[in-house]
Amino acid sequence: MNETERHWSRTKGLMWAMLIIWLIFGYGIHYFVKQLNEIVIAGFPLGFYMAAQGSLIVFVLMLFFFASRQDAIDRDSGMAED
Amino acid sequence: MATESKASGDFVSNLGKIYGYYTGGFFLFVVLLAILEQMGVPNKIIGYLFVFLTLAVYAFIGIITRTMQVGEYYVAGRRVPAFYNGMATGADWMSGASFVGMAGTLYALGYDGLAFVLGWTGGYVLVAVLIAPYLRKFGAYTVPDFLSERFGGNFARFIGVVVLICCSFTYVTAQIYATGIIASRFLGIDFQVAVFVGLIGILICSMLGGMKAVTWTQVAQYIVLIVAYLIPVVVLSTQKYGLPIPQLTYGQALQDITAREGQMIATGLADAKSLKPHLTPFLNYDPLNYFGLILCLMVGTASLPHILMRYFTTPSVREARKSVAWSLFFIFLLYFTAPAYAAFAKLEVYNNVIGQTLASLPQWVYTYGNIGLVKICGVDATTVDAIRDACAKLVGYTGDMASFVHQLRHQDFAINNDVVVISTPEIAGMPYVISGLVAAGGLAAALSTADGLLLAIANALSHDIYYKMIDRNAPTGRRLVIARVLLILVALAAAMTARTKPADILSMVAWAFSLAAAGLFPALVLGVWWKRANSAGAVLGMIAGFGVCLYYLVGTRYFAPHFYETWSFLSHASADAAAKYQELKAAYASAADEAAKTAAWAALDKHAQSIATWWGVKNISAALFGLPVGFAVMWIVSLLTPAPSQELQDMIDNIRRPRGDMVLAEKT
Repeated sequence: MNETERHWSRTKGLMWAMLIIWLIFGYGIHYFVKQLNEIVIAGFPLGFYMAAQGSLIVFVLMLFFFASRQDAIDRDSGMAED
Repeated sequence: MATESKASGDFVSNLGKIYGYYTGGFFLFVVLLAILEQMGVPNKIIGYLFVFLTLAVYAFIGIITRTMQVGEYYVAGRRVPAFYNGMATGADWMSGASFVGMAGTLYALGYDGLAFVLGWTGGYVLVAVLIAPYLRKFGAYTVPDFLSERFGGNFARFIGVVVLICCSFTYVTAQIYATGIIASRFLGIDFQVAVFVGLIGILICSMLGGMKAVTWTQVAQYIVLIVAYLIPVVVLSTQKYGLPIPQLTYGQALQDITAREGQMIATGLADAKSLKPHLTPFLNYDPLNYFGLILCLMVGTASLPHILMRYFTTPSVREARKSVAWSLFFIFLLYFTAPAYAAFAKLEVYNNVIGQTLASLPQWVYTYGNIGLVKICGVDATTVDAIRDACAKLVGYTGDMASFVHQLRHQDFAINNDVVVISTPEIAGMPYVISGLVAAGGLAAALSTADGLLLAIANALSHDIYYKMIDRNAPTGRRLVIARVLLILVALAAAMTARTKPADILSMVAWAFSLAAAGLFPALVLGVWWKRANSAGAVLGMIAGFGVCLYYLVGTRYFAPHFYETWSFLSHASADAAAKYQELKAAYASAADEAAKTAAWAALDKHAQSIATWWGVKNISAALFGLPVGFAVMWIVSLLTPAPSQELQDMIDNIRRPRGDMVLAEKT
């Protein structure tokens, strides 16, 4: 496997990992909203909270993580800019 | 030329200082207006000062960032740092409707409204992971640029332009409409005039400096809009719960709402059928439509050209990725606050409006009743007498009017979605200056989105259609003149459309997401991630996906009876609903004269719209069909036709690695 292929396969790995987290927090957990609503924290039923804030926080954090992780992959393979 | 680029280099290296001073200056300005208000300056003047001074600042930025360089006009010279591009994208993304209407949607739909919150944020994950960094490396000026280079020429480009215009034009019309509404509501200017005031504001920001000017005004507009959105609800939260973090304190409000809902039903103030508990999921959308809507909004976000082109402006691929993360952070600040607005407003209505006698309603009910935004017992809440008559009629009271006492019931009260945000300062008893601030924020949100959309449309016409398809040898000067002329023409067309207050256009905005998703997403994603995708596959996939989506949208909305009859075997209509359809159809057939026929047709059409579906999918989620069709057609056709040339496959390798030059470099 040459460097280009290795770089792309690691990039793809990261892409799938990101999409799985996205699927879980965009859809998966909201499917169980009724069960999650049984748990109430500080007045927020958990199912409602996840759709109103929890998933959003996960999305923001995962994008910062993604940016730094992909950058590390690029540098590691000598594919980064500069 | 050299001094010009040095000057803008200085500008970019001093961004922190410049926008720091700007933000401080803005706070000072608000404080100054508050002092003026205390000194007795009338509200109307305060409102004017707010709107015109913020407009003047945007115009100033628009003028000092004017440019005659193609690269600066189309992609801001690719010098916008991630953080600031994130702010600009936030303003570009959050429309007048997000600012004013989002909280109202959550008020009305409760949990189900969160589909919009999730859909309009989660899409950025797709932007960052699948699309934006690769388009940045490619080095396009517009999204159709990429389609053309990747998928064999101008036919793919042309289809891209068609999809782009279809999804952006209705959207920009709605933004100009929103600026007109905000200006007329807060300043008391006539709506028709207000539209053109908004239009001038939009054009000054974008015309002279293109993307460069729009970028730096959008950053300024983001600061205004986020400050304006947060301040009222932070003050309200501090007043009620002693903690200035509304995003945490509204949990208590949610509990109070639930308790009050039970109480209202128990005391007969609400009937269990019409009251939809705020926290209970799937009362307005069934799970299929809830998750379908989230998917369409997310994928649509990742396909809308006015958003994607913002990431063409960053200095590097690395910055483009970081910039998506910052964008989502800045958008998140508004979207995770909107549910707090909704909860506080609902609690206010449930506690201080429902169950009150007509004589003791709070003043804000009449303030907004007078401009037609609050209805009680079916009429605008203009005066106590007007609603007393209406309520007496409603409950069948015939005795002496003076002794009529009516406790307002849940079903008697109707509130326009926009009121939730704009009434909060008043409900919390804040001075008028805060209302002026909210107006300036709403205006900033509408103007910034309108600028981004207009630029996307005008650039597609000037760069893709004129320069790339009509005159490949056009000199730089002429290209930039044409770009500006087209910008003005598109803006005028949108303003003329907005002036007619087209109800249909406004509801069509939601269609933009499905159309963009079905028309562009498969080609953009597979273009990067699947080397085997070729031009025949992409072109047919785009046409098929977009076509199916458009057919479903138009068919279910404008030709509902026909659509229902063609596809009745796929409809989710219950036996009762199907029987009712036949009944209405018979009534239409046997209607005696023209008037009766028109009325019967309207009834038939209205009923048909509720059952003209495939498997019960609402038309706002039409991409649920267009998207898989687009992917499938692109995949199958690509496999049946020859693979792309080695040269093209090398180009794909090139856009997949950040190192090296852009693929498309402007030859000057």
